[in-house]
Order: sequence, then structure tokens, then C-alpha cells
Amino acid sequence: MTRQLTKWLLEPSLVLAVLAVTCFGVAMIYSAGVVHIPNDVTQNAWIRQGTWFVLAVTAFIVVVRVPVRWIEWVALPSYTLSILLLISTLVVGTGVGTAAGVKSWIQIGSFSFQPSEIAKIATILFLAKFLSQRKDPLNSVQDLLLPALLVGLPLTLVMLQPDLGTAMAFGGILFAMLFWAGTPVILLLLIASPILGLMLSYDTIIWSGYMVALVGFLYLFRYRLLLFESVGVVLANLAAGTVAQPLWNRLAIYQQNRILVFLDPEVDPRGAGYQLIQSKVAIGSGGVMGQGFTLGSQKRYDFLPEQHTDFIFSVVGEELGFIGTAFGILAFCFILGRLVHMATRTPDPFAGLVVLGIFGAWLAHIFVNIGMTVGVVPITGIPLPFVSYGGTFLLMCWISLAIAVRVVHEG
Amino acid sequence: MNLYHPHSRRQRARGLYLTMGILMGILTVAFFRLQVLRSDTWELRAESNRIRQLPIPAPRGTIHDRNGRVIADNVPGYAITLLPGPPDSIRATLNKMSQYMEISDERIESLLAFLTRYGRQPLVVDSDANFPVVSALQERRTEFPTVYIEMRPRRRYLGGEAAAHVLGYVGEITADELASTDFSQDLYEQGMVVGKAGVEKQYESILQGRRGLKYVEVDARGRIVGDFGAFRVDPGEGGESLHLNIDIELQEWIHHIFPKSLSGAVIALDPEDGGILALYSNPGYDPNDFVSGISTEHWQDLNADNRNPLFNRVVLGLYPPASTWKLAVAGIGLDLGVITPDEKMPVPCTGSYAFGNRSYRCWDPDGHGFNNLAEAIGNSCDVYFYQLGLRIGLDPLLRRSTEIGFSRRCGIDLPQESQGIFPSEREFWERRFGYAPREGEVLPLSIGQGPNSQTPLKIAQFYLALARDGSAPTPVLARDLEIGDTWALDLDPDHLEALREGLRRVTAPGGTAHFGTALEHWEVLGKTGTAEHGLSQAGLAEPHAWFAGMAGPFGGSPGIVVVVIVEYGKSGSAIAAPIMAKTADYYLRRKHGIPTDSVQTYLDHVQIGPVPTWYQERYPAVIGAIR
Repeated sequence: MTRQLTKWLLEPSLVLAVLAVTCFGVAMIYSAGVVHIPNDVTQNAWIRQGTWFVLAVTAFIVVVRVPVRWIEWVALPSYTLSILLLISTLVVGTGVGTAAGVKSWIQIGSFSFQPSEIAKIATILFLAKFLSQRKDPLNSVQDLLLPALLVGLPLTLVMLQPDLGTAMAFGGILFAMLFWAGTPVILLLLIASPILGLMLSYDTIIWSGYMVALVGFLYLFRYRLLLFESVGVVLANLAAGTVAQPLWNRLAIYQQNRILVFLDPEVDPRGAGYQLIQSKVAIGSGGVMGQGFTLGSQKRYDFLPEQHTDFIFSVVGEELGFIGTAFGILAFCFILGRLVHMATRTPDPFAGLVVLGIFGAWLAHIFVNIGMTVGVVPITGIPLPFVSYGGTFLLMCWISLAIAVRVVHEG
Repeated sequence: MNLYHPHSRRQRARGLYLTMGILMGILTVAFFRLQVLRSDTWELRAESNRIRQLPIPAPRGTIHDRNGRVIADNVPGYAITLLPGPPDSIRATLNKMSQYMEISDERIESLLAFLTRYGRQPLVVDSDANFPVVSALQERRTEFPTVYIEMRPRRRYLGGEAAAHVLGYVGEITADELASTDFSQDLYEQGMVVGKAGVEKQYESILQGRRGLKYVEVDARGRIVGDFGAFRVDPGEGGESLHLNIDIELQEWIHHIFPKSLSGAVIALDPEDGGILALYSNPGYDPNDFVSGISTEHWQDLNADNRNPLFNRVVLGLYPPASTWKLAVAGIGLDLGVITPDEKMPVPCTGSYAFGNRSYRCWDPDGHGFNNLAEAIGNSCDVYFYQLGLRIGLDPLLRRSTEIGFSRRCGIDLPQESQGIFPSEREFWERRFGYAPREGEVLPLSIGQGPNSQTPLKIAQFYLALARDGSAPTPVLARDLEIGDTWALDLDPDHLEALREGLRRVTAPGGTAHFGTALEHWEVLGKTGTAEHGLSQAGLAEPHAWFAGMAGPFGGSPGIVVVVIVEYGKSGSAIAAPIMAKTADYYLRRKHGIPTDSVQTYLDHVQIGPVPTWYQERYPAVIGAIR
């Protein structure tokens, strides 16, 4: 029996966990549709999600049998294709539903999808292929330049849509894979530092302190870095601090507000802070035990924003309580943990890197999505893998899972 | 060194587990704080999130007449309320609702103005919707999820037009009223019905009551999901009922007898306490038309009507008091001691009186000869009063008249009252006409002309004093209300009797108003008046007709004081006097338990049949003279 399962699923515990989480997701989407004044779209969302679920599992069964050679081969063309798609998105892209202002969808007939979903897995494959060919660790900023560019290209295109959430996923991919490729943590922190510098630049004093700390840090590790690297990092931080203001001004008001209300949601309780406050009210009123499946009052009265997509976890919090949320987080920990475990098991660099890329993407998705429902991270439109409503996203998550399982088992 | 050596893989894996653990730990802690440690506050917040207050209008206090008859009550009506929301969606809903009901563009704009001003309060779209509209909206409940239809008491005036000027009417509170200090924000909000005129306005605070509150559950878009537990309903308190001195049947009788084509006013007072038995102004309006929100056309019609049906002539109309005023001059003369009741004026009336280089006419060109006070009143002899006025002198006349109160308001319990116009001192002429008063000014003033305009109410208060002991309380509408401000003429009983004797002569055989005021059971005392005004002096219209008087059982004290004015009525005796007599008759018969009769005065009787036996028995001499 176990052998049969193993043969079929290759990685039974992971696949079964994902299966369970997806079923849970469909159930929560069903619950999200149970409101006092229902509408057809949200009411039947769970049926559509169920249909996509079947499709996704079918895709998994197919992809899990594709030879790794093919997967490796498809890396470059799929990466190229997705870059082209991302560029065309900026031209012909459309917004969908509540994200109407964001050009992240391409519509072909009645079918629409987000090229950024394909771009994520394509970038993972391509970067994995690129990194796996290296024999030496990436020990210098120089070494990191090409991989950073590889990920930076789709990341920038996604940012231009603008889709901050997916951009964060690309960041997760890059750092997880670089780390797996043996890049020293210090180096990773240094290339991440301009982003930190960007964030801290809202206050001159804090930013100055940060810059002093950075220079001190570089001095401490002066023997492990080349001089021009240190100078480069400092310059990048200075640049980040300088462009922060113009960059902030270029952000749309709603994006500025999202960051402002992250700092204090009560600043604008009816506007940008609304989603976060309502989400916190829902989760908080769930208490330990929750109000019961489908019984969440905040959700029923339609106070929860985006309750079947981005804020699905608020429904979990309201209806299943802390027990539900803790269990959910634990389930994701298990899935992510299994991925790390698989990567550790496989001696094949390509397989390990692919799995880590997927790990990085999912971790970013999970942390940002769940984190924003409780105000730990700013609100960005980013779905929760396997749980949020969304057909192509679910399909791509399952295909990613299939690829991860496949590469590890063949490699 | 192999980059992907199992050892380094495991090392990196530990790093990854650690990172993952920290991030997931942060999330778990955040959820723990929110759901376990601070759950209570969020639960409370969740509840307040979805509950909206809706006011429950309190039924307005009923209004009763002196006999306890209900003259204003409430019947069930429907109000259509809209829960607050974003202006755009409110506008959209209102536009959509206008397919099924009448909502003017101005109404939509004013509701949106309310919304921006008072934000969270529900909007009353129609405080008294008719049933077809209610059922049309009810059928489309799903289309109008933010619309709330509730039962709401609706004002009904059982007296209809008859008591319009007493009761006034109610209507929806306006934005201006809401912003004013008269309507406190604690008690009033948009869509509430408030008194707009008359007693409804005067006693708004008593009649209104305290609105209750109920709670409905709404979703995030403000759509009503259901009532929130009945146990939290505050039903409010109904308004207190109000008892008036008004006799509604008398009011209706006056409405019945008053000539529809003529404008004018009738006021009847109870000599006992000054209570207002009837207060009638013609033309009137039906206050029930205002309850549902009067249509713009109807409102414009009422305002454009040159007979001014909204104008309460009893308290707002100012008319020269004419001969009814002679009693005031007589009273002042007696009071000041410049004349005794039996004294005759030195100059006999020959139809005119020469003063200065002018001749002042008496109304009767044939003249009245030598008159004592009672005769002069009975004949309404102008020449006698010219001389009396001269004896009193201009300054004492002005001073005493002012002291009595002819340039003050009575202080009736109605929202509006005109102030009488009477010069309080000589400067009046300079202010108004630009010259110092000449000695001759006292002459027209003595016969109730000149710069003297009074409300029927004020004249009624004066005749009330004559019907009593010379003092008169302020006439009031509300029962058990006493306004301390009484006025007094210092008159001996003899003097008072002399004045009444004069009034008696007016209605006695041979008096000008005899035939129109002769009643079977009651003695009528009164004074006619023919008020000249600008138009009548120019020959363009008839003068206004007055009759002011009192009535009661023969040999008894007066049981009612009535003042009648008929605009352009020409003759006080022919037009105004019968209305006064019929009013008094109708009231006194009911008061003394005598069946009422629609054939009342001598004139009524002879128009339809023979001379009534009671008249033949009482005045055989008159019958003989006629034959």
C-alpha cells in the first residue's frame, strides 16, 4: 500500500499534505461564499475552485512523469517566453475584479491568466540551471550580479504592473536559491541591505544610524570582501536612500496608504486601514475556538475584504479560531519543511535548487499573505498557496509541486 | 570542496529551518496575541461593526378639546428609511427608488446634504409613504437592501379645516430647523415630524415625546440583514396629550355658519377664565394635507391665494377697531372721572361736529341729539365721543390706552401674534408721519380710527374685561394654563354696568344690530364697528365689519365673549353681528343643555317662517310697530 502510494505520488507525505491543504482551501472558499446577502460569483467560487483542483491534480500526475531532461530543456524557452509575456502584459494587460487597476492579467478569449505565475516557475528552472552549472560558491558581489539580473528582470517587470506581492515572491526565490548555491549569508544580507536602506530612509536620523552601522559591519568583515564590493554596497545604499523620496512619490496613493496604515491602521480606518482593521476584527473575534465553520459573522456580513482570495486566512481565523490558524501555519510549516528535507536528500544540484526556488516562492507567499491579515507585513495583493481562490495560481502551485517531486526523485 | 556535499546541504537546511521557524513563529505569535490574549476587545468591535441604530418615532401626543373630544390623533402610517452609506450609492439607490415613488431632485439633494452633515444617521426618504409605494418597494426588497420600511404614527386632524388655525400642522423637520437651537440634537434628527404652526408648534416639546431606538444588523455595505434582538429595543415615549380650551363642535359650527366667500375671523372666550372656546379664521386649509408632506403645487396655491388661507387673522390680522373702540374711550373717560354715566355732552349731535376749522362727521347725518353714555354707545354717536376724547385729552388717552395694553401683544399660546398699533406717545406721529400731532388727532382716535390697528384677539380681550369685572386674563388655548399677565380697567360696578347698558342698547329693539342678534334664550350685548381702511376710503372696497360682544342668560352674567370681523363686510350689524349671535347661541345652548337649532336668530326665523312666539312674547311693542 505505502509502496503503491510512494510509486504514484513519489513523495506521499508532502503530496498528501498539499492535497489536504487544497481540500481545506476549497472548504474555506465555500465558507467565504456563505454570506447573508449572497452573490452568484462568490457563492459558487468553491465549485470553480474544485474544478481547477481536479485539473491541477491531473496536471500534477502528468508533470510528475515528465523526465527531468525535458524540464531542464524547457527552462530557457519558458524563461524567455515568460519575459516576453510579462512585457506584453504591460501593454495589453488587464486588471481583474478588485485588482482592476493592476495590469497583471492577459486575456485570451474568455480565459485569462497571470504571466507572472509562469514567470516564477520559469525563473526558478532557469536560475537553477544556471546555478547548478557552477562548481564554486558565489563568494563575491560580482558573482551575484548575473543571478540577480536573471531574477531582477522579471521582478522589475512585475513591479511595473505593479504587483508588489509577486515581486516579493521573486525576492524569496532569489535569496533561497542563492543561499542553497552556497552564497555566504553575509553577502546575502549585504545585497539585501539597499532594500532595508530604502525602507529606513523615511527618517533621516534612523537612516544615518543605519548607514553608520552598515559601514561598521563592512569594516568588521573587511577581510572577506573586496574593497570595491564594500564601496559598491555603500553606494547602493546611498542610492537607495536618495531615490526613496522620488520613488515614494511615484507610488500610487493606495500603495502609499497601504504602507502608512501598516504602521498605524487607525490612520485611515475607513479607507486604506479598513481591510486590515476588518481582518483583525474577524481574526480577533474568532478567539481560541472560532465561531464555527461557515458561521463567521464578520465574513457573513461582508465586512471582510477579498475574503475568498487574499484574505481567506482571516476567514480561517474567524471561524476556526487560534486552533485553526495555528494548525494552518503548522501545515504550511510541514509542507515547507518537506521541501527542505527533499532538497537535503537529493545530491543533484539542479533538483535541490529547483526545490529551494519553490520553497522560497511559497515561503514568501505564505508569510506575506498570512502576515498581512494580522498586520505583520503591509497589505499586498498576494494569494495563499493552495488555499486562496484562483484557478491558474492553484494549477501553477500544483505543477510546481510536481516539478519539485519529479526533479528530486529522478535526480 | 563539493558545493552540494551532504554535510553542507544539511547545514544549509538547518539555516532554512531556522529562517522558516522564525517567520512562522512571528505569525503564530501575532495570531496568539490577537486571538487568545486580546480576543475580547475584537469580539466587541465585531459586534459594533454590524449594528446600526434606527430611531423609532414616538407617537405624537393627542390633542383634545375642552370636552375631551379628540381633535388630533395618530393613525398607522409607513416611513421609508434608507441606511446611511457612501453618497454615491445613496444617490444611486434614491434614483432607483424614484421609479416606484415620487422623489424630487431637490429631495435627493437635500437628503444628500443631510448625509454629509449628519453622516451616520439613517435618512428618511418619505416620512409618510402611501401604501402602493410601500408594497412596490417591499416586493423588491432584494433590490433595495438598504431600505427599511417601518410603521410610523401619522398625524390625523379630525376637525379638518375648522380647527386649522388653532392646531396648525406638522411636517418633516427642515435642515434649518435641525440646525437651529430650538431643536436639540439629542431629540431631533432628519425625517422627524415636528409642529410647524399653531398649537402643534407652540407645544412641540410636550407633544413630541422621546423617540426610541432599535437596532438592525447590517453587513459591510450597509445592507440590512435583520433586526437585532428585540430585547435591546428602546420603545421611546409617546408625547403627552394636550387638552385645549377649544370647543371643537363650536369651532365646526362657526366654520359652518361663516360665509365661505368672505374672509374674516371669529374668536370666542370663556368669561370665567379667558379660555379660548373658538378661534377661527377664514379661509383656512386642511391641516391633513400637510401631514404627508404637502405637494409643491398645493403649497404654492396656498401661498399664492390672495385671500391668504395660511394667515391666522385672529392673532395676525390688524384692523382699525372702529366703533368697538368707543367702549375703550368710554372706559378711560369713566376711569379718569372726566365724565359720569348720566352726563350728556354739551354739544348735541347734528350729524357733524366742528373742531378747529374742520367739521367732523357723525356716521349718521341725521344726528343723535343729546346722549348720555349708554345712549351714545347704543347710537354709536361719533359726536359724543369726539367731545369725550377732547375731555380726556390726547396725552391721557395715549397713556391709558397704552397702560391697558393696546400696543402690546396679548401673549396667547400660539407661535405668532401681531402687536397692536397704537401711539404710546406724541413722538409716534413724528416717527411715523413726520409731524407733531395736532390737537384734532384725538378726534379720530376717539372713534377707533386714526393710527390704531388691533388684532381681533386684542379686541376680544378687551370685551372679556367688560364681560368680567374690568379685568381680563390673557386668552389661552391650553387648558389649565394660566398666564399671569392680566390687564385691568379700574371701573366701578356702576360704570361697568353703564357700559354694558350701552352695549345692550345696540342689540335692543331699535338698536342697529337688534334683528340679527335676537335669540330665544340669550341676551346678547355687543358693539358693531365699521372699520374704514385705505381701500374703503378710496371708494374701492367696503369697510371691514366688526361685532364684538358677549352673551348669556337674561339677567345673568355673560357666558361667552365673541368677537367677529368680516373683511370688506360693509356692515357690522348685518354681517358680523349674526355670526356672533349664532356662535354664542350654539355654545350657550350646549352649555345649558338646550338642544341646538340651526334656525337661531330672529332673522333666521322670519326668513323661513312666521315671527317666533318667543319674540312676540318678549317684544310685543316691536310686533305692534311692525304691524
